[in-house]
Amino acid sequence: MVMKTKVRGKAFVFGKNIDTDQIYPGRFVEYTDVEDIKKYAMYGADESFVKNFDPGDIIVAGTNFGCGSSREHAAITLKAVGAGAVLAESFGRIFFRNAINLGVPVITCSEITKIIAEGDEVEVDIEAGIIKNLTTGATAAAVPMSPYIMNILQSGGIKPMIKAMQETKKSKNR
Amino acid sequence: MHAIEKLLAEKAGKHQVATGEIVNCDVDIAGINDLYLQTVRSFYEMGGEKVFDADKIVMFFDHYAPCATITQAENHKQFRKFCFEQGIEKLMDIDQGVCHQVLADKGWVHPGEIVVVTDSHTTTHGAFGAFGTGVGATDLATIMITGKLWFMVPEIFRINLVGKLQPGVFAKDIILHIIGDLGADYGVYKAVEFAGPVVNGLSISERMCMCNMSTEMGCKTSYIQPDAVTMEYLHNCVARPYKIYETDTDFQYAAELTYDVSKIRAQVAAPSSVDNVFELDKYAGTPVDEAYLGSCTGGRLQDLAVAAQILQGRHIPKTTRMIVVPASKKVMEDAMELGYIQTLMQAGATITAPGCAACLGVHQGMLAGGEVCISSTNRNFPGRMGHVDGRIFLASPAAVAASALEGKITDPAVYLKTGDCGNGR
Repeated sequence: MVMKTKVRGKAFVFGKNIDTDQIYPGRFVEYTDVEDIKKYAMYGADESFVKNFDPGDIIVAGTNFGCGSSREHAAITLKAVGAGAVLAESFGRIFFRNAINLGVPVITCSEITKIIAEGDEVEVDIEAGIIKNLTTGATAAAVPMSPYIMNILQSGGIKPMIKAMQETKKSKNR
Repeated sequence: MHAIEKLLAEKAGKHQVATGEIVNCDVDIAGINDLYLQTVRSFYEMGGEKVFDADKIVMFFDHYAPCATITQAENHKQFRKFCFEQGIEKLMDIDQGVCHQVLADKGWVHPGEIVVVTDSHTTTHGAFGAFGTGVGATDLATIMITGKLWFMVPEIFRINLVGKLQPGVFAKDIILHIIGDLGADYGVYKAVEFAGPVVNGLSISERMCMCNMSTEMGCKTSYIQPDAVTMEYLHNCVARPYKIYETDTDFQYAAELTYDVSKIRAQVAAPSSVDNVFELDKYAGTPVDEAYLGSCTGGRLQDLAVAAQILQGRHIPKTTRMIVVPASKKVMEDAMELGYIQTLMQAGATITAPGCAACLGVHQGMLAGGEVCISSTNRNFPGRMGHVDGRIFLASPAAVAASALEGKITDPAVYLKTGDCGNGR
């Protein structure tokens, strides 16, 4: 599955330092089935989040979104509920890697919380790095992603890349 | 170049690297913990058949040791099967303890190596001059297949520690003070080096505490230049040759900060973020329901020693429970040998099996709504140790013991002024 280059959805806005325990509480980490994992997205911050969030909707946050633990569940759950993108002023680095690896667009934009409010309709051009608030007309530019990271995202995450690499290796060995 | 850059360059097969460059490095130790069966799933999802080098992979059963639910037990079962099938002999089963302490106890971490574990506190291994960093399950699975992982060469800032530690003040207080000052996101994507005369005087245990907590200001990794203390620790346990990298004298740090530790008093991180730091005095007298001593941050032998010193011949009140979780089997054995476990039990503490326990809110000491906990662990996020309305104060092991004894948040200095408990070695 290749990345969508443009996404559009309703904004769900959070504060700064939203840690992985808020994105996905530790007591649910034992679940390994994505159908279970998707029930608890953002559960530590807002228990009603999953009920209100539609696929394609967009998460907006202040600095250091996803700080804390290395649990990939935080990225898995946001992918599973169909988050169109996660826009934040900055990200915890492990969460950032996890999200990219799973092909979830995580986009850094220093002014994001200034131009987007809860419920606003937002459009994101991921490749161009342009964020538009369709409700207010405001726009902002994202911090450009390194080509290396963009390549992972465009490939739909790291899994298809490594898998292709493995298959090439195997066919050479044959 | 900085020692960290030289290390990354060598592991990437390059002569030189620059800040911001992405490098693909050989990984020396790849650790998986039992929270993430997804690691095994991702391994197979990506076409993995055989791990790149079974000897470089360590499996830790620490977060769920021993299992509290059937689901956890099923996960352990699948991990055991994976280790058996892949020939992974370093399966650290439920008796062993928290991954970072086990790595240190076994002498498996060497200076100049890259240590990657599916645990954010892998920054701990900077205490040995290694490049330690946490990743998620799929990154770790990538290492299991290819033996390598990509890293962006980080900006590096240095924190110099000068002055003299006051009685009752420990590495935990220093690092809480720094995180409070700089904020939880100061170090995001960056590496931190701790240096200065105070650092040289700290034990390995205290260095591990500081490096461990550096992830709480967002740092990708941490570093302490190996010195005589490091050598003494490594002398008896290292298994293979290693290389110590030195930072060039003309290296330009992204920032240099200096803290005079003489001015630091006992600290707490108040609910609900690690950078919400105050002098402990501000909250002194707050009734405590649970005093928690443990984890990869504050469950080492030295931490149990200071708690035993404070609680020797005394008893905690009925209004407070104290939970002690030795960080590893070795810590527990040594603490038994030295009588600390007995002292703590006689003082009314509950001892649990080595592991992560309630630090991540899964088992062995969960908080009820509205309860107050003082903890020697690393995170006080909402819901981290149980109910989302549980209030967690992070502090030094000594402050945890003093607070348990008084049943309320208490500065440990009063119990340590005349004692000989070193806050150095």
